[in-house]
This record gives sequence, structure tokens and C-alpha cells, in this order.
Amino acid sequence: MTTVDPDFAAKEAKQARRERLFTRINKADAWLKVLGLGWITTMVKAAAGDNPKAQMKDIWQLFCVPILAIVLFLTAWGTLAPKVQTSLGAVPGPAQVWEQAVALHEDAQAKAESARVFEERVEQRNQRLIDAGRADEVKDIAYTGAPSYYDQIWTSIQTVFFGFLVATVVAVPLGISAGLSVTANAALNPIIQIFKPVSPLAWLPIVTMVVSAVYTTNDGLFEKSFLVSAITVTLCSLWPTLINTALGVSSIDKDLVNVSKVLKMNTYTKITKLVLPSALPLIFTGLRLSLGVGWMVLIAAEMLAQNPGLGKFVWDEFQNGSSDSLARIMVAVLTIGIIGFLLDRLMFTIQSLFTFTNNR
Amino acid sequence: MRRTCAALLATSALMSPALAEMLPVEKDELKFGFIKLTDMAPLAIAYERGYFFDEGLFVTLEAQANWKVLLDGVISGQLDGAHMLAGQPLAATIGYGTQAHIVTPFSMDLNGNGITVSNEIWEQMKPNIPKMEDGRPQHPISASALKPIVDEYNASGRPFNMGMVFPVSTHNYELRYWLAAGGIHPGFYSPEDVSGQINAEAFLSVTPPPQMPATLEAGTIYGYCVGEPWNQQAVFKGIGVPVITDYQIWKNNPEKVFGLTAAFVEENPNTTLAITKALIRAAIWLDENDNANRPEAVEILSRPNYVGADYDVIANSMTGFFEFEKGDRRDIPDFNVFFRYNATYPFYSDAVWYLTQMRRWGQISEAKPDSWYDEVARMVYKPEIYLEAARLLVDEGLADEADFPWDSDGYKAPTPAEDIIDGIAYDGKQPNAYLESLTIGLKGAQKVVGSEIQG
Repeated sequence: MTTVDPDFAAKEAKQARRERLFTRINKADAWLKVLGLGWITTMVKAAAGDNPKAQMKDIWQLFCVPILAIVLFLTAWGTLAPKVQTSLGAVPGPAQVWEQAVALHEDAQAKAESARVFEERVEQRNQRLIDAGRADEVKDIAYTGAPSYYDQIWTSIQTVFFGFLVATVVAVPLGISAGLSVTANAALNPIIQIFKPVSPLAWLPIVTMVVSAVYTTNDGLFEKSFLVSAITVTLCSLWPTLINTALGVSSIDKDLVNVSKVLKMNTYTKITKLVLPSALPLIFTGLRLSLGVGWMVLIAAEMLAQNPGLGKFVWDEFQNGSSDSLARIMVAVLTIGIIGFLLDRLMFTIQSLFTFTNNR
Repeated sequence: MRRTCAALLATSALMSPALAEMLPVEKDELKFGFIKLTDMAPLAIAYERGYFFDEGLFVTLEAQANWKVLLDGVISGQLDGAHMLAGQPLAATIGYGTQAHIVTPFSMDLNGNGITVSNEIWEQMKPNIPKMEDGRPQHPISASALKPIVDEYNASGRPFNMGMVFPVSTHNYELRYWLAAGGIHPGFYSPEDVSGQINAEAFLSVTPPPQMPATLEAGTIYGYCVGEPWNQQAVFKGIGVPVITDYQIWKNNPEKVFGLTAAFVEENPNTTLAITKALIRAAIWLDENDNANRPEAVEILSRPNYVGADYDVIANSMTGFFEFEKGDRRDIPDFNVFFRYNATYPFYSDAVWYLTQMRRWGQISEAKPDSWYDEVARMVYKPEIYLEAARLLVDEGLADEADFPWDSDGYKAPTPAEDIIDGIAYDGKQPNAYLESLTIGLKGAQKVVGSEIQG
């Protein structure tokens, strides 16, 4: 009875490897889904030999259909766009837009080169000052040329995060107090109702004037234009977080609240141990909405106030009215869309991190 | 051999913009504003060719959305200086629109504007314009060719709308000048009504320069007066036809200035000198050798961070010719003058002309004596700074002594009647007499009260 199937051990090991592989794939799947790349799992699974027929349907739905839709969209764009004649020439198709994207990249490289030359010249100047015994006049000067496309994107992202963080710092505590106390809610509600629907473009002139009046130091930490854009973002992205936090806090399980009473928790422990964990999913929903609103608002604010960033890029190109302008604006539109999408995914990832384990 | 090499090196080190001569500037990191127009060229050139750098200045140039934002930026200190409409420092200093003491040591250019009408209006105007032998319309075109069309609009109760870039802009005054010379009343301002449309036959409103073609295309306005490249842009886009340039309205008329607050100039005298030096060098370069450098300048201006329009559009006015109707190219070598004819010297007489136009249209509501015009001009225009900067440049061998009017009393010789479209001579020393000689407009002690002219 000691006949041992010579392949048995190998089979066993293979089976185990397979199991481990699929566990790993499934684990990765959770993350890939968060990143919006769920289709990768199905493809990997299919490649690993897991019932190809079942996988095919998933691949079709999660991968082929979106790709087909994109191709369809590009074809429609490519064929319809040239038929619309504007005074700047025909509306650019995907090819021209791609061309301009490449041109913008090359332009950024050229600008990096001129920034390097600039730095070299500043260094030479400083060296000559040192040689001339005027070392006290030596100065490091930031590049003063035009910002590249990447600089503009980076400025916008920084601004939106700054405004969003300020909004979060203001909105979450306010939301918690509104959720916990009926009085606070009654006090905040009318203000929320009135200011929530106000357009960013209405805030902008007020913010501009107030910042100019209050922030008078010329060599402060922030540029005035940065503050104006960021505060406008704050004012508009405050509300979703505020409302959702209040809602999340006020809808805590009554049993939990009773338990806290029995345990005689103080307010701080109650908030950190009880309120926050259970309200977290809704707070994050609010934050996701806020960041989305903030990003949309920022572009509009930059366009109107000519503050550095993608919005200014769009407006400058519109004003330039050169034959490449429309294509360049479209590059910016796509960039804005992609970054908005990435920001949303980022918030979703953070949300998943915090709420994986305690999905209530 | 080695010795000559060393000597050569030593001299060339001295020849290159010498650090030793760099003025001890009080503020070296500066931000200047500009509007997307070809006449901002001295700023772009001074930056790109390193003239600011040579003076120890680190300048950031920033396009502004419109003239109001730009002026507010300078007043609030967000901008250290800016490419400005000549009327802006004057109006701000006398407190029209906003109150701030702004001065200018440097005039940026002569000429450079045009008046464009929509294709539809042009078709209606054409029959009223005499033709040359080759069939092209005869220039300069008077607004009297537009008069019957405006009359028709008024008779049928439709407003005839036109655009200019700012209430105290050169363009507002040039458009008014042209209209009035052709018998069309562009309307008065009064202290109570700052729309500038009192008794108007043509209604003028404000549109930022780069938006002019789009506004014309949208049909909001039937014509406009703006700087380049926004007239040529209309031709390229096929949406409008320039009918006249400001060179034809008034040969070599003063245009933009470089404006700074008086406080800045007082606190930073060396910086102001250094800026002026860099700008004069840029202006010299722009006009050098019969405009030989213009193609290079056009390439720089066509970059998206400066004017950004297509090279061909900018080149049209910058390289010696101007396209009226599509295909009707005419030589105007002096369309944009940056240095010749003392273009950069801030003449008091230029300031006085702007003030007379403010008075003519009621922006200055009360009559003023001739001496007042001179005083205001001296408060705002600073030729003494200009000459000091020029002297430094001459001493450094970067400019030619003969190019500057060292002994000028600040007043240009009177413009003869034949250089102005309505044949009325201009003498900056006699503003009130000049106002009397103009046909439409306030004179003497006249005042606008409601919609009445009193006095």
C-alpha cells in the first residue's frame, strides 16, 4: 500500500501554488478595484488558467467595452471636429491635440533648459560679486521666466489641496458639532443653506479684495494669487464635507450612544472612539465630493482671476487666438479631466484604507 | 601671443555688460504686468535679451486680464510696474476712475493702433469711399463714410455699438477723434454718468484687447479700436476689416507708457533708473538698422507667454506693412515705432494731449487753465529720470549721444495740420486754444449737466 503516485507530490505542490496564486490575485483585486483597474484581475486570472469562459465575459465587460467606447469616441471626434469651422480654423481632432500635447512637453523641456541657463547666470553673477568683494549682495533667485505646462499643473494641484485641507479643517469639526447638538445644527443650518449654492465666481471678487487688504506683506509665505485661489476653493468645497459629516454623526446607532452614556465617556473619548469611526464612511463621501467641487472651482477661479495654474493656461490660450490655441485648450481640458479623476480615485483609496475593516 | 590673449580676455570682460557699473538697486526682484499687445515688446525684449539682467534686475513678466486689473495691480503693489495706457497714470493722478499717484519715466512707443469694422459694416461703407486708380479704396478713410450707416441705425432706433479698451485709453480717444472728425458724435462723460454715452450717436463700450475679435464676431459690437495684433487678427480670421490706423489719424502719435507708482520711484530711485536703462536698450534694439531685428522680435512676441498670436499675424504690423482688406497690403514702415523720433522720451506735450481729450469728452468736467495742464504733465511724466538713464547708457557706450533730446523743454514742436486727419494742428503749450479749434467736444467753460451742455 505504499505505492505512491510519483506525480502526487508534484500535483499537490502545483495545486497549492495555484491556490496561493489565486489568493494573491484576489487580494490584489481589492486594490486594483480601488484604483479602477478591476479588469486586470480578470486578465491575470484568465492567464493563470481559471475557467477561461467565465473570465471572458468579465474581460469583455470590464476591458473590451470601455476600450471600444473610447475608440468610438475618438473616431466620432476625429470625423466630426473638422466639420466645425471656427474663426481660428477647424476644431482640432485627436491627432492635433496629441501634437500639441507633445509640443507642450517639448516646450516644458525648453523652459527647463532656459531655467538652467538662468541659474547658471545667477551663479556667475554671484561669483563675480564675490570676486569683487561684494559677497553680501549674493542672492539666490528663483527662475523668473514663464512657467511650463507641468508647472501650471503642479501649481493647480498644490492650490486645490491647500484649499481643500483648510476646508476640511473647518468643516469636519463644524459638522461634528452640528451632528451632535441640535442647537448647533439649528444655528449652522440657515448659513449652510444660503452659502452652499453660491458660485465660486461670486466669491472671487470678495476674496480678492479681502486678501489684498489683509495680507499686505510682500514677502510672505504665500503668493497673494495663491491665497485668493485657495480660499475660493475652501469657500466652495466646505459644504459637502460639512453636510455629510453632520449627517454621518447624527445617524449614529442609538445603542452606541446609550452605551457611551452608560460608560460615562467624556466628550473627547466619545468623539474619537465612537462618533468618528462610525461617521467615517459618510465623512469620506463628503470629502470626495468636496475635492471634486474644489477642483472644478479652482479652474474657474484661475481663469477669472488670472491666477497661475491650469485655468490661467486655458484663458491665456483663448486670448492668444493662435492657430494652435484650440488644440492646446483641449489638451488642458483632458488634463483637467484626468487629474480630477485621479484626485477622486485618491480619495476613494484613502477612504477604503480607513473603512476596509469597519464597513458598518 | 599668450599676453595678447590675456589682454583680449581682459578687455572683453570689460566690454561685456560690466558688473562694476551696475547700479546699486534697492529692489532687484520685480514683477511687471502687461497686456497681450505687440507694443509690450520693449518689456519682452529687455527680458529675453538679458537687459534687465545686466542691470542686476530679476524681472518676472505677467500677462494681465484687462487694463483695470493691471492698474489695480500696480496701485496695490502686487505689480512693481506695468505697460500702461498713457491715459492711465494721468487719470489716476488727477483722480479720475481711481486715485493714485502714478508716474512714467519711459514712453513705450508711437502709433500701433487701428480701427476695425465688421465685414457687414465694411460692405455698407465701401460705396461711400472714393477709389484709387487700381480699384482699391483710397486712404485714409474718413468716418464720414460711416456716417450714413450710423444715421440709419439711429433713425431705426438701433444703437450703433463700438468697442474700445478702457475709458481713459488711447483707443477711446482715437476712436472718438476719428468719429468726431467724420461728424459722428461719440457721446460725453459727466461726473454723474461715466458711461460716456451722453448724446452719443455711436455707443462706445469697454472690451479687453484680446477679446475684441471674439466680441466683434459675436455681433455685440460693429467695430472697435485696439492695438496690434488684434486688428490683423480680424483680417486673418476674416471677421472684420481695419479701415484706418492711428498713424493715419495722427502721424507718430504717442502710445503706451511704462507706469510705476510715485512711491516706488521715490523709494527705489536706482531701480527706476535701471529699469529705464534696460527699456531704452530694448527700444534701441527694436528699431536698430531699419527694423532689422523685427523678425526676431516677432518670434519672441508670438510665444504663448507674451502675445501668443500666430507669427504671421504679428509680423504684419511689426515688419513695415499692414493688411487692410484681405490681400490689400500697404506699406506703413512707421506703424510701430519704438525708438526713432524720440519715441521713448516722455514728452509733456503727449501728456497734455491726453488731458485735452479727457476735457474734450467731459471726463474732466470743469474748465482748467493752460498752466494746470502743464502742472499735471510734470507730475506724471518724468523726462529727468529718462535723461539720467540715457546719460548712463551713453557713458557705457550702449547708446548714441545724438539719439536723445538733451535740451528739450519737454514739449514737442507743434504737430502741423497736415499730420492730423481733420487738419487741426496741435500745440501742447496751448491746450485751451487747441480745444477751441476742435469741432465736436467741450470748450471753454462748458459743462455737461444731465444731457445738456451748459455754458
